[in-house]
Amino acid sequence: MHTGASALPVNKRRSKFLSVDAIRSYSLVLAIAIVWIAFAAATDGIFLEPRNFSNLMRQTAVTGILSVGMVMVIVAAEIDLSVGSLIGLSGMAAVMMQTVAHAGFLPSLLVGLGVGLAVGALQGYLTAYARIPSFIVTLGGLLAWRGAAQGISGGNTYPIESSSFMSLGQSYASPTIGIVLLVGALAVIVCYVLRRRSVQRRLGIEVWTPTSAIFRVAIPALVIIGFVLMLNAYAGIPVPVLILAGIALGGSFLMSHTTFGRRLYAVGGNPEAAKYSGVNVRRQVLWAFCILGLLSGIAGCVYTARVGSAGPEAGTLLELDAIAACVIGGASLLGGRGTVWGACLGALFMASLDNGMSLKDVPDFVQNIVKGGILVLAVGLDALARQRD
Amino acid sequence: MGDDGALKRDPILEMRGISKTFPGVRALDGVTFELFAGEIHALVGENGAGKSTLMKILGGVYPEHGGEIWIDGKPRQFQNVRDAERAGVAVVFQELSLVRELTVGENVFLGREPSRFGVIDWDRLFSQAAAFLCELGVDIDPRARVGSLGTGRQQMVEIAKALSHDARILVLDEPTAALTDVESEHLFTVLGSLRERDIGIIYISHRLKEILGISDRITVLRDGKTVDTAHAARMNEQRLIIQMVGREVSQLFPRTNRRVGDVAFETRHINVPDPARRERLLVHDVSFAIRKGEVLGIAGLMGAGRTELLTALFGASPTGFSGEVLLDGRPLQIRHPADAIARGIGLVTEDRKRSGLVLDETVLANMTLVALQRVSGAFVTDEAREIHASKPLFESLRIKASSLFSIARTLSGGTQQKVVLAKWLLNEAKVLFFDEPTRGIDVGAKAEIYQLIDRLAQSGAAILVVSSELPEVLGLSDRILVLRQGRIAGEFLRERATPEAVMTCAIGGNATAA
Repeated sequence: MHTGASALPVNKRRSKFLSVDAIRSYSLVLAIAIVWIAFAAATDGIFLEPRNFSNLMRQTAVTGILSVGMVMVIVAAEIDLSVGSLIGLSGMAAVMMQTVAHAGFLPSLLVGLGVGLAVGALQGYLTAYARIPSFIVTLGGLLAWRGAAQGISGGNTYPIESSSFMSLGQSYASPTIGIVLLVGALAVIVCYVLRRRSVQRRLGIEVWTPTSAIFRVAIPALVIIGFVLMLNAYAGIPVPVLILAGIALGGSFLMSHTTFGRRLYAVGGNPEAAKYSGVNVRRQVLWAFCILGLLSGIAGCVYTARVGSAGPEAGTLLELDAIAACVIGGASLLGGRGTVWGACLGALFMASLDNGMSLKDVPDFVQNIVKGGILVLAVGLDALARQRD
Repeated sequence: MGDDGALKRDPILEMRGISKTFPGVRALDGVTFELFAGEIHALVGENGAGKSTLMKILGGVYPEHGGEIWIDGKPRQFQNVRDAERAGVAVVFQELSLVRELTVGENVFLGREPSRFGVIDWDRLFSQAAAFLCELGVDIDPRARVGSLGTGRQQMVEIAKALSHDARILVLDEPTAALTDVESEHLFTVLGSLRERDIGIIYISHRLKEILGISDRITVLRDGKTVDTAHAARMNEQRLIIQMVGREVSQLFPRTNRRVGDVAFETRHINVPDPARRERLLVHDVSFAIRKGEVLGIAGLMGAGRTELLTALFGASPTGFSGEVLLDGRPLQIRHPADAIARGIGLVTEDRKRSGLVLDETVLANMTLVALQRVSGAFVTDEAREIHASKPLFESLRIKASSLFSIARTLSGGTQQKVVLAKWLLNEAKVLFFDEPTRGIDVGAKAEIYQLIDRLAQSGAAILVVSSELPEVLGLSDRILVLRQGRIAGEFLRERATPEAVMTCAIGGNATAA
């Protein structure tokens, strides 16, 4: 019974560099590079100057924060159309705490996050436990939360009073802090790769070759170094970008290194099998909506702070940017597939299009047509690639 | 009842040397079958004997097969269901293929609505549908929504739909399985009148009494081969059963001596309601006990409530169940699979693709899904620990995947089934339910699964096996319960369990012991 078994290469991971998902994330990186080079050429290099790069990153932040939560909901085979309206409502609630109730930074921030979390929990409950399709629940939310934002503000725009709150959207971490963070990040990457290799040795499974290990250190290290230096060349790392980086790290860890994430993929991939494996499917879905709600609250505060005031129409249509970012980043609306890093790259791609076309003074209507077309094209190409696979 | 006059004509349908192979399984092997106009020809055989496959070939569902189909003396080849319909073949499958939200009339003419320039002529549609229903002698409003009708009436709609295609060969697959006695009687009357109209009817059923009552001739299939075709008048239940099961129990089954211990799992008076109509019970007053190291088999026909019993006991039934469950003598509440899993109960489901595996995930992720917190971490997972825990099982079960990181979808059926089993073994399940443990897997993998089940029992697990394959139940089990229409119809010890006795009991024939 046992003979012959050892002949199997038990632990050979599917060649990671050639898997569909890997190719897809490389092709997204490639697409971003092409777009950047094209815009840089079209704008005499302005697009890639530190000042614009910094702007681009700040623009990515809000969509990025949203798409980290959105990808969790999409992996669970649900959808949330209400996040744009929720940004408006949570941002408005936070700012009105300051102007009407004269609350300070922390209470107003907590109110903003609390509104997001409460709405997420409500929509999650209605989807998972009351069995109303999430499309309908959040379509209702899209209207209702926008209405609520208009209602509490009476249609007025409220300026931010707390300067700390304002800094959520407008400040920069000083270049020194940037360098400190950079060194810390490099140390973490090196430690991670070394630790993985020692675990691989201990378990007697295939060990990364030195070349492969060096690549695994060098590629992310180069990206991060370039990124920090570019931002430092202007004013340092924008606070919204730091927030996004933290959320993306946390979200990615949650999705790929916790029982929650593993079960969420199972729930989205095959809810029946997940149920028969003892997974509480409804609770997983509820949690995904709660996390997205909370992140919408954070995005609402960051967005409001970046703009400087809370308006009743803030965040309109951002839900579509977030969904597009997830899908371009490889998430399947059928559930079970999608990654946080993919969603963030998707958000960067969408923001790059926005930023570049605005620099070139492309009219709004053309921008919309281009973005819509690229979204459908990206998903179409991917479907084609998968069919061949 | 036989109308010998009809049998002297040329057959309207001849199937000659029909063969069909699925990956790893030879489903049909040179089957011959003929049908006359105005004849009711019954097709019987155990579950998996090949009846449904044969009818799917006739209905154009499987265009690729060996052998020839002749209709009215001309050879035919069906590329799809449409071709078969055009040739006058209509198949009414067990799961009715009606659109519940549409009206009776729309269903009858689905895809061929009487229309002019694309505008549906509703008056004509409903009046023609009414005419077809009237011919069948049934009183159904063609404007009624199909979902609002009972099963018996839905079946009549399905037959009316078949007749609207000018079908001359009508196939009915287990038509009475979901019908009440009164509805069944009505169906037989309708079939009688169709026979008068020279329509040839192929009638598949497990209910031998019914078959002997209404059919002219009977063909028995076994293991994908025709065993016999005979006039119903010359058949009896006993002979049919012997023909259906007459087969050696193969040597696939290990017979190690197992030490049977205390009662591990016990149920008392289990009732499981039907999700569709709650007043009806799918499982009725079922009590049994399994001891440590024992394999208890549950035999029964399709629809006897076997899967429903297992699903309910595992906490996965939408309607729940009533009755008591005891684990090691202590009562246990099971409301969700998580309750059962927490107490060391596992279920290898009937359909591994639908409810066993997350197909787009890796072998490792599937193996660790149940025991994730135990083999990986309470919240933060640790892939190294998972590999460490899974590797020995991956090797000892001889899972034929290139690595733990292979995607489940790419594996063969037998390998997938081993992954499902590994999932439960990683959780150290002490009570394991198997629902059709070897469905759709090849003989070699089957033997391995049997060995694994035996080894598990040897190590003291209590095992419950439901299977449609009689040899499997007989070969694996120490004791066999027979379910019939949701109730326990009999119990056999391994030594006394002959295929004939178990099949007779499952069908409810005269020789029933219980």
